[in-house]
Amino acid sequence: MTVSGSDTTGPELRARLRRSRRRSTLISVGLVAPVVLFLVVFFVVPIVQMLGVSVYDRSVSEGMPRTAAVIGTWDRDGLPGEEVYAAIGEDLVEGQAERALAGPARRLNQELSGYRTVIFGTARGLPEEPPESWRETLIEADERWGDPAHLVILQRAVNPLTDYFMLYALDMERDIEDAIRLQDSDERLFLGLIQRTMTIAVTVTLVCLAMGYPVAYLLANTGGSLRYALLVLVLLPFWTSLLVRTAAWIVVLQTEGIANTFLMWSGITYEPIRMIYNRFGTVVVMSQVLLPFMILPLYAVMSGISHWNMRAAQSLGAPFATAFRRVYMPQTMPGVAAGTLLVFMLSVGYYITPALVGGSGDQMLSYFIAFYANETVNWGLAAALGTVLMVIVLTMFLLYNYIFGLDRMKLS
Amino acid sequence: MRKAVTTSALAATTALAAGALATPALADLTIASWGGSYQDAQRTLYFEPFAEERGISITEDDFVGGIGGLRAQVTGGAPNWNIVQVEAEELTLGCEEGLFVLIDYDLLEYDEDDFIEGAATECGVGNIVWSKVLGYDADRIEGDTPESWEDFWDLETWPGQRGLRRGAQYNLEFALMADGVPADEVYDELRTEEGVDRAFEKLDEIRDDVTWWEAGAQPLQMLASGEVALTSVYNGRLTGSNRAEGTNFAGVWPGSIYAIDSWVILEGTPDVELAHDFISFASHPERQAQLPEYIAYGATHAGADEYISEDDAPHLPTTPENLDVAIEFDTEFWVENIEALNERFDRWAAR
Repeated sequence: MTVSGSDTTGPELRARLRRSRRRSTLISVGLVAPVVLFLVVFFVVPIVQMLGVSVYDRSVSEGMPRTAAVIGTWDRDGLPGEEVYAAIGEDLVEGQAERALAGPARRLNQELSGYRTVIFGTARGLPEEPPESWRETLIEADERWGDPAHLVILQRAVNPLTDYFMLYALDMERDIEDAIRLQDSDERLFLGLIQRTMTIAVTVTLVCLAMGYPVAYLLANTGGSLRYALLVLVLLPFWTSLLVRTAAWIVVLQTEGIANTFLMWSGITYEPIRMIYNRFGTVVVMSQVLLPFMILPLYAVMSGISHWNMRAAQSLGAPFATAFRRVYMPQTMPGVAAGTLLVFMLSVGYYITPALVGGSGDQMLSYFIAFYANETVNWGLAAALGTVLMVIVLTMFLLYNYIFGLDRMKLS
Repeated sequence: MRKAVTTSALAATTALAAGALATPALADLTIASWGGSYQDAQRTLYFEPFAEERGISITEDDFVGGIGGLRAQVTGGAPNWNIVQVEAEELTLGCEEGLFVLIDYDLLEYDEDDFIEGAATECGVGNIVWSKVLGYDADRIEGDTPESWEDFWDLETWPGQRGLRRGAQYNLEFALMADGVPADEVYDELRTEEGVDRAFEKLDEIRDDVTWWEAGAQPLQMLASGEVALTSVYNGRLTGSNRAEGTNFAGVWPGSIYAIDSWVILEGTPDVELAHDFISFASHPERQAQLPEYIAYGATHAGADEYISEDDAPHLPTTPENLDVAIEFDTEFWVENIEALNERFDRWAAR
């Protein structure tokens, strides 16, 4: 009996098999790893971070540490004691010297306009030596230190974990007893904004469906050079810069633009119609920009439907309209589902087009996200609004998945 | 002396380390401004002559605005930039956050009083003045030309759409001036609740006749195409369009709102004295007076006026006739109130 390296029985074989399996698993993991890593670093981490920013903010607890340590003891029955006021006073003196008050001032001003002045105005005028009564000194410097509403905001803001931004993004707030309530109707903004965003997105989606369906049908049911020409016409705008297309629409739709000139020349209208810088313009331009995203999935599904189906239905006596409605249309539903989902998701987050061709009542959620993120550096609120947008998109996605099934959807 | 030796030894080590890491050679000064033709003009007037005079190297970069980027540079240790041209809002915010080196006016050739009002501040030295004016196309208006914000609201004498920048900023000021509030009391009025109500009520009058613009180039396009008859617009772009496109746009100076852009030195800059020297160099009145030949921004040195050419003077925010009838943009007010007022603006617009 010879024992050689090529023994193919018993435990050694199993070990080699395991080794080779492990190696092939390692190779496939290694091949997928870059993609997974990329997704985690550039997709998952930023989203988690964004969610974090909307509920977590340490600017007050870091900028006013003494206050953060003691203000929790205040029971909101009357004004807080000297201890709390002394902590605020010392924080202001030290913060002013070290230029550390900007964070707390910004954060508090986000909750109540004017709080910046309370912080900086007071900090500038404080005595170098500790006064006899910090309470009197502070209230004398700014009477708002004697206002419970200002102090409640401070008391809440020292806690890094906050639901303020999420509530605010939904037009809600906590009252002085910490109960969550809807804001007064003339103070609400974001619920209407969410509704406006949804209305515009749904309108654009329906317009795209109404215009894209016939085009896709034509594409799928004509042959040769006509199909080719149509396809180029659909794809050409797709390759053109969004800004260029938006600017082109301004030229077409403005008061002395091509459309109005034609309407008045042909005698259809006698004075220019307002077609841009309003909701009409927003929907028209967004629909044109997003139309390819409707046509392409529809076309993909329709070109897979055999034309014999329709012929069979008609030969059995169904008029064209009936055959179309009962035989053809149901088969195109996966394309309809994919197209509407794509267009809706893209339009719900639209920013630059409404900004350039919409009126002031046509701005969508992303306009406000950009405003808070870039202009006022209120990242908490920007993140909270971003979260709202994400929840809308996710809900829509799950709803579609439930109704149509993801596996049956054809994206192109 | 000893400290100087240690510092230079440290600098040498740092330079060595940097060399070893094959990073590009460290420039003596890195300046970030607003890019484009504006920065080209600054290069000719300030950057290159200063580098030559001092025998140093200057690296340039583009700044696109926003306090976030500056904060990231300073809190991340040694900033990439040393000197940045910032807008009034960033100046206020960054100064409060301690992102900028406090300006030592003893190191400058000029005193605070040598500059126009509001230009010499704790953390920055004003560099240019730009303005938002009432603009119109002189070729399209026959008869009387508009002269004030009151005229802007007069839809009968000057029919046609009005252009305003979307948002509350500037527009509340214009509305109050149109309602008869004297220019120097506008911000006092806006600081009261009644004043804000009054401004929005005034805006109500032209609500349906306003086309809101977003980007700075839009009002020029709207004027050129006749989309709007009168609009608020940046003065530099108005003059720029007349020079480049041959348009005949005009600006109205009474009631215009001007703002100052400033040089700041980022905290962590190694050679603070050199940075001050540059700012001093760029504040020289004769040098500043040459900028309007390239772009219609005003100078911040009060003495620059006498060197400015007669052709440029009428188009500049800083020419005394123009400056006297204008008000300065109140950064403090807007930093504090922009969110609440813009939210109110959107509720007003959506109604």
